Amino acid sequence: MESQIAEIVQHTGGVIGNAWLMIAFPLVGAFILLVFNRFTDRWGHLLGVAMSLASFVVAVLAFFELLGFGEEERRRAVHLYEFIPGMVDMGLLIDPLSICFALLITGVGSLIHIYSIGYMAHDEHRRRFFSYLNLFVAAMLLLVLADNYVGLFIGWEGVGLASYLLIGFWQFKPSAATAAKKAFVVNRVGDFGLLVGMFIIWTTFGTLTFQGLGEQITPGQTNGTMLAIGLLLLLGACGKSAQLPLQSWLLDAMEGPTPVSALIHAATMVTAGVYLVVRSGAFFFPEGSGAALAVAIVGAATLLAGAIIGCAKDDIKKGLAGSTMSQIGYMMLGAGLGPAGYAFAIGHLITHGFFKADMFLGAGSVMHGMNDEVDMRKYGGLRKYMPITFATFFIGYLAIIGFPLLSGYFTKDGIIETAVHHQPVLGWLAVLGAGITGFYMSRMIFMTFFGEKRWADDAHPHESPAVMTVPLMILSLGSIVLGGYLILSNRLLLFLAPAVGRPEALPEFHFTSTPGLATLALVAVGAIIAWMKYGRVEVPSVQPRGSFLTTFARRDLYGDALNESLFMRPGQWLTRIAVFFDNRGIDGLVNGLAAGIGGSSGRLRRLQTGFARTYALSIFIGAALLTGALLLVGNI
Amino acid sequence: MTTHYLVLSGLLFAIGAFGVLIRRNAIVVFMCVELMLNACNLAFVTFSRQVGNLEGQIIAFFVMVVAAAEVVVGLAIIVTIFRTRRSASVDDANLLKY
Amino acid sequence: MGETITFWVLAVVSVGAALGMVFNRKAVYSALMLGTVMLCLAVLYAVQEAPFLAAVQIIVYTGAIMMLFLFVLMLVGVDSSDSFVETLKGQRFWAFIAGAGFLALIVLAIGNVVFAPQAGLAQATGTGGYVRSIALLLFTKYVFAFEITSALLITAALGAMVLAHREKVTEKATQKDLSRARFLGDRPSPLPGPGTYARNNAIDMPALLPDGSVAESSVNRYLARYDVEHDHLPKDPKLAEALKATAEADEAPTEAEQDAESNEVTK
Repeated sequence: MESQIAEIVQHTGGVIGNAWLMIAFPLVGAFILLVFNRFTDRWGHLLGVAMSLASFVVAVLAFFELLGFGEEERRRAVHLYEFIPGMVDMGLLIDPLSICFALLITGVGSLIHIYSIGYMAHDEHRRRFFSYLNLFVAAMLLLVLADNYVGLFIGWEGVGLASYLLIGFWQFKPSAATAAKKAFVVNRVGDFGLLVGMFIIWTTFGTLTFQGLGEQITPGQTNGTMLAIGLLLLLGACGKSAQLPLQSWLLDAMEGPTPVSALIHAATMVTAGVYLVVRSGAFFFPEGSGAALAVAIVGAATLLAGAIIGCAKDDIKKGLAGSTMSQIGYMMLGAGLGPAGYAFAIGHLITHGFFKADMFLGAGSVMHGMNDEVDMRKYGGLRKYMPITFATFFIGYLAIIGFPLLSGYFTKDGIIETAVHHQPVLGWLAVLGAGITGFYMSRMIFMTFFGEKRWADDAHPHESPAVMTVPLMILSLGSIVLGGYLILSNRLLLFLAPAVGRPEALPEFHFTSTPGLATLALVAVGAIIAWMKYGRVEVPSVQPRGSFLTTFARRDLYGDALNESLFMRPGQWLTRIAVFFDNRGIDGLVNGLAAGIGGSSGRLRRLQTGFARTYALSIFIGAALLTGALLLVGNI
Repeated sequence: MTTHYLVLSGLLFAIGAFGVLIRRNAIVVFMCVELMLNACNLAFVTFSRQVGNLEGQIIAFFVMVVAAAEVVVGLAIIVTIFRTRRSASVDDANLLKY
Repeated sequence: MGETITFWVLAVVSVGAALGMVFNRKAVYSALMLGTVMLCLAVLYAVQEAPFLAAVQIIVYTGAIMMLFLFVLMLVGVDSSDSFVETLKGQRFWAFIAGAGFLALIVLAIGNVVFAPQAGLAQATGTGGYVRSIALLLFTKYVFAFEITSALLITAALGAMVLAHREKVTEKATQKDLSRARFLGDRPSPLPGPGTYARNNAIDMPALLPDGSVAESSVNRYLARYDVEHDHLPKDPKLAEALKATAEADEAPTEAEQDAESNEVTK
């Protein structure tokens, strides 16, 4: 079945032959903004937007050029230069999968760039912000366009760096600095997995290019080594995509500016893990293998965990972050189901990129009007004061809960149905997750836009400027139509098929399947419960104590506590033991040795009496003993 | 006869060494050192005759020359020390110690 | 036979002299004992077919080196004698153990060897004769060593001069300074000679002044002290009293002199 993955064709010339421009534009932008620093303060943000847009234009042109090839020739490799002589050649792989990501990154990225002009207008470091955004776009494009794992890893680390810089953008806030560090450290665990996976790939297959691996690995092949590689790559994916057990950094990452949360921690970077799994799917996650099952289980667990966390958060951005975790869980679940799920996973990834960016930017717009207040208990009744923001946010909301005919409906339903078909248990868990999604997203809507005003006294909510609302409108438009366009008549699946393979039977989308109806019913139940608890009754503006379960969810399912007690405290104990050992053991040994030598020297120096006759006596006794020894051995 | 000469030589050497160790007057210590050197010279001369080779005598000759030079410098040092410390005792010059 | 007799006589004499050197309290006697040992050894060299060395031994050792020793002894103080109280704990015991042990080892080693009959130097000296053979070796095979010893001797002489040289810290006193100091002092005139109006001409007998009183400073203070220490006082109590006074007067200035000298050194 996976044998239908097309051969990679070498390509020169044309737009695809110059696809490196996609990476080069934002990279040059970041370079100029960082190097020329204050001289670019006045027009720096415009340059950043221009570079991002230029990259988008190249991506669109490459996309259309790719469409011009026959289906079996749509995997185009572009050789750039010899990277590590004799080992790795740097090259780009333009195929349906990577072009999808490139379009999403540059498209949504450009919209968020534009939005940021307005959002960051009053920040004196706006130019630096745009330089980091450009750096991120360049790194992310390198990640998805590279034709080998080394290039992918460089991009992977690049987005990690950009993420670190942007989470900690307001580094004067200790919480932001800590969050940035936390994200970096947790990601390092995942990167470690990816790196070790790459090492094993290299020693096993002697190549790190997708083309080389495709030639060596027969489809469906599994053994222990491949399973190990798969699990290590999954660890990397978990780190980058905030999946269990490496999820803890994402919620704290909301300390960054809202466009960052929208671009990096919702739409693009966190989906890198999904990309990694899908890209390696044919090699290390063949359908039905243990590694693929692990991916699906991780996805299902995370989608539930994220949803539960989302239910209890009063911080609007953290609520959205929990939702992001949950939605990426869906994608992972889809990616763990083999070619049948890939199309839905990627489809959900694209539509999620739109509606989640839409909602994050909407949340940013709300915060913009509410003096950067993030607590939803201090919102309420905002729909009259921010009509455009409300409308676009509401469309995003409908999309994410899977309201029929909107984007999320098609993609999420696709994942759920495929999951129920392949892994029934995980599938029904996903259905449950969808119900919880209905609850917490409705809660967010009701607390923010409906009900009574619970604002702070100095709040004067107002609609955001056009530079912020226009991207919102575009994104919400995408949230409406994209899902149906991609999923109906299997457009995305057929487009992706040359890159990721095609399932044995093409799925048909049923509007009235059992899981679909069950999902809709559960979502409706969730929304009604939310209305009863947060829409109909007054929402207390101070957080109530809540039940055990609520506390459990508020504390991120005790993920941090678990990390602390499992890793941090033992680590601290280990450090203390090491310090103790160092102080008492090693220092004691060294100091004791020194003291011993010092003490014995103090006594030995008494031998230096200053009397020449004593010295002469010792010399003479020595000579006599030497003579005796020579006699004994018979040399005299 | 060789054995006799050698034993005499060893006896003189041991007496000289013993003198070096027990006498405190630097000049007498020096004399004892000279006695040890002379004992060695006797051994050289004896061995020279024993093996029928003149080189032993040549070495004894050089020993004498070196001893002369040594005495010149050593006595000058003793005089200098005596001048500053009013003492020729080797035990009195004991400041270079722990 | 003749050699044997010579050897035994000289061996006994030299060992006795060596022991005497070590155990004599007076350095001068030690030096004379050492001279005896060296002379004995010179004769033994001569007996052992080494007449050149015997001559050198007498000229260099007993002639030059022993004279140097005696000269330095005079400088340092001929009359000083060592105390035989050992101040270093265990030094004498261990020195004896080491010396006796060493001797025992040497005797053991030599006694274990069976020597061939002596080869003698007749062949080595050959036709050219003894002195000629020595010279041949010295100026051909050992010429470099010989030249180096010349450098060594020059260095030693220079070193001795440098070491014995005393840097002047004050102006050299001129005759004018000396006479001024004399006239400013207690006694401008010379000290009275010992013989004036003396009843005998011994040098340690104080002189009498014309009025019959005793001239106290007419006897050298060293001699006065010697007489007091060795109980050689004259029978005349007046003279004995004067000698004692001179000897006592000698004690005090010595201290002061020492102080003055040590001050000079520290300066």
